[in-house]
Amino acid sequence: MKDIANIMEIQDFSFTYPKAENPSLKNINLPIKENHITALIGPSGCGKSTLLRAMNRIHDLYPGCHYEGAIKLKNQDGSIGNILDIKKENDFIALRQRVGMIFQKPTPFPMTIYENIAYGLRIAGIKNKNDLEEIIVKSLQDAALWNEVKDRLHQDARGLSGGQQQRLCITRVVALKPDLMLFDEPTSALDPISTLAIEEMILGLKEKYSIAIVTHNMQQASRISDYTAFMYLGDLVEFNDTDVMFTNPKEQQTNNYITGKFG
Amino acid sequence: MRLLINKLVLGLSSLAAVIGLVFLGWILITLIIKGSEALSPYIFTHDLINNGIRNLLFGQFVLAGLATIIGIPIGIMAGIYLQEYSNGSKYADFIRDLSDVMMSAPSIVIGTFVYAVVVMPTGHTAGWAGVFALFVMMLPIVVRATDDMLSLVPTELREAGIAIGASKYHVIVNIILRAAKVGIVTGLILAFARVVGETAPLLYTSGSSVYWSTDLSDTFPSITVSIYNLATMPDDKMVQLAWAAALVLTFFVLILNLLGRYIIREKHH
Repeated sequence: MKDIANIMEIQDFSFTYPKAENPSLKNINLPIKENHITALIGPSGCGKSTLLRAMNRIHDLYPGCHYEGAIKLKNQDGSIGNILDIKKENDFIALRQRVGMIFQKPTPFPMTIYENIAYGLRIAGIKNKNDLEEIIVKSLQDAALWNEVKDRLHQDARGLSGGQQQRLCITRVVALKPDLMLFDEPTSALDPISTLAIEEMILGLKEKYSIAIVTHNMQQASRISDYTAFMYLGDLVEFNDTDVMFTNPKEQQTNNYITGKFG
Repeated sequence: MRLLINKLVLGLSSLAAVIGLVFLGWILITLIIKGSEALSPYIFTHDLINNGIRNLLFGQFVLAGLATIIGIPIGIMAGIYLQEYSNGSKYADFIRDLSDVMMSAPSIVIGTFVYAVVVMPTGHTAGWAGVFALFVMMLPIVVRATDDMLSLVPTELREAGIAIGASKYHVIVNIILRAAKVGIVTGLILAFARVVGETAPLLYTSGSSVYWSTDLSDTFPSITVSIYNLATMPDDKMVQLAWAAALVLTFFVLILNLLGRYIIREKHH
């Protein structure tokens, strides 16, 4: 594996859901590489979404989650902080602005297309109308969504197609210029053409952003990711270059999964 | 045999539906026939003392309107607590159950309760007591309507708001309430329609008055209580006026209900 800096390092990480007796994730060690795409794959219930959702601590919406170990995030000044130490509301908000998340189902806010992007920007402190306008137009252009929505910026975002909604949700996160973007099965609710558009978008994003993506779809993982982590029953079984992972995996379990012997 | 049972059940349920409709139609037709006799522009411009219903309509709206103005913010906030903050605690389940029980409580019981705690200590009926009784009736409806409508907002939307850096408060105010807005507004209209036609909670609380009044600390006019009073008078003219008042009130409640349902339907299309 090439020597590439990590944006995030998950170390000896275990996670237990509220009121659960056993941890859902056990002793995970995983780096997320800067400006690369890391895919998390594995059968349902293996803990891949749980791990992704720990990376911006969205689990904390529901009290009683238990974390162990460390998730270290590189700050813009090069220093490193453990996001599991965060306790204050303001620090959570800052974390989520730096580690954005896109969900399985498109989640446009009940407002206009323009406001969907402006909302997060305003929370991040950008209130000047010209600045907002500039960032919003630029983000939509970068997301190749501009031509489709430029005449309806002030219409309800829920009127867009599913694929467009999902691209808007990605744009909304990109506009905040996060350090790391988390995708939780972003195409599983979409048709093949919309899926392709999203995949191209994600590939384009890795020049500027670091990306972690959970996917059920092994072809998708092999198409877009640089690194792949295979998880099974709460353990990280194998982490490797995607090419190696899909051609010559080290672990028998990985081999069984990617060749479709179970899933 | 199966075909026969099928036809029998179909016939019986159609008959049941027809019986329901017949009574509704009967009520409406009787109301229109009897009510239209005394219905004229005159009754809308004169108070009951001069054989009109102006003060009654105004009084009814003041009572129900104030109950709504007080009930909506408290009810919506309680609904928000239940759905967004309680984290499925037993206390929240208890409040939900209590609201359901309150909703089905006979309105005369609520009227008697307010009579005991407000009217008896002060020694006289007053508009405020009527407002309070309608508020007590309305609160559980608003609480449950808000609670139910918020529960329909997908969890992902909450998480997406949090994931973009919004605080929980902002997510609720800017995203969740907005997503549930149509449903909540409909619930409020139906809740208002429910209390605006109530008699029993007002009977011993706001009392009745034949005069124009804006003083809520005193006996206050209302259309429902006056319909009850007028209908039992020996004077035919007064009974006719009661029918006219009943017709006006019924149409108003009907329109509110239709409006509520129309909004719901619009939302689904």
